[in-house]
Amino acid sequence: MIRVKMIYFAQAREAAGTKSEEFSLDEKSSVETALSKAFETHPKLRPFEKSIKVALNEEITQDDAKLQEGDRVALLPPVVGG
Amino acid sequence: MKSRISRKPIDPAKALESVMDEDAGGIVLFVGTIRNQTKGKEVKGLEYEVYRPMAELQIARLEEEIRKRWPVKSIRLIHREGRLKVGEVSVVVAVSAMHREEAFEAARYAIDRIKESFPIWKREKFKGGRYAWVKGTPIQSYPASDRAISDSQTNSRETVRPRTRSLVEA
Repeated sequence: MIRVKMIYFAQAREAAGTKSEEFSLDEKSSVETALSKAFETHPKLRPFEKSIKVALNEEITQDDAKLQEGDRVALLPPVVGG
Repeated sequence: MKSRISRKPIDPAKALESVMDEDAGGIVLFVGTIRNQTKGKEVKGLEYEVYRPMAELQIARLEEEIRKRWPVKSIRLIHREGRLKVGEVSVVVAVSAMHREEAFEAARYAIDRIKESFPIWKREKFKGGRYAWVKGTPIQSYPASDRAISDSQTNSRETVRPRTRSLVEA
């Protein structure tokens, strides 16, 4: 098993009801595995599924990226700075 | 004064001063502030949420990219985090260059990039204390693929990322 840190922002943070949490996942899990678990754990996140982008260790990533122990997976709703 | 995400009020005059240089004949200072209305509705304030380590990494990269594209002297990029009142400064971009063209272009580029590719969210506070998220756009990966991409991005999972450029420890 590996442990990864899930981090939620803005609308995703509100929907998840938490800023961050730890998931234990099988080795060779991908970003997609972590996302599925997040949506399963927090059904309120589901409406954001299409609009959310994911950052793996602070870099925008694809769903098929493989996870390693200690990785940070952040769910990023559409952004607007300035 | 360094480029950064700031939890404290930003003084644009200080940012301006920090990019002044005897070699620089042109300085552009962009200051974003909190407006008192949105689509005719009164706004009482704004709250910014920032994925700080990622945003600070991107600030450093944006500075680096601007330096490659324009012959600028100095750049300061500062964005607020947290709760702001109407009239407060939310973002400052200061660029000095030998000539005005590159200063204007670089500053314009910087503020556009900050709006579309930085992990920042904001919600407006209305009368009675009600908050509503401002509609955003899906975050653009940065640096985007049409620009020069270093090895660290093309092989993201296997490469040690250039942590030293992060301003997290600063």
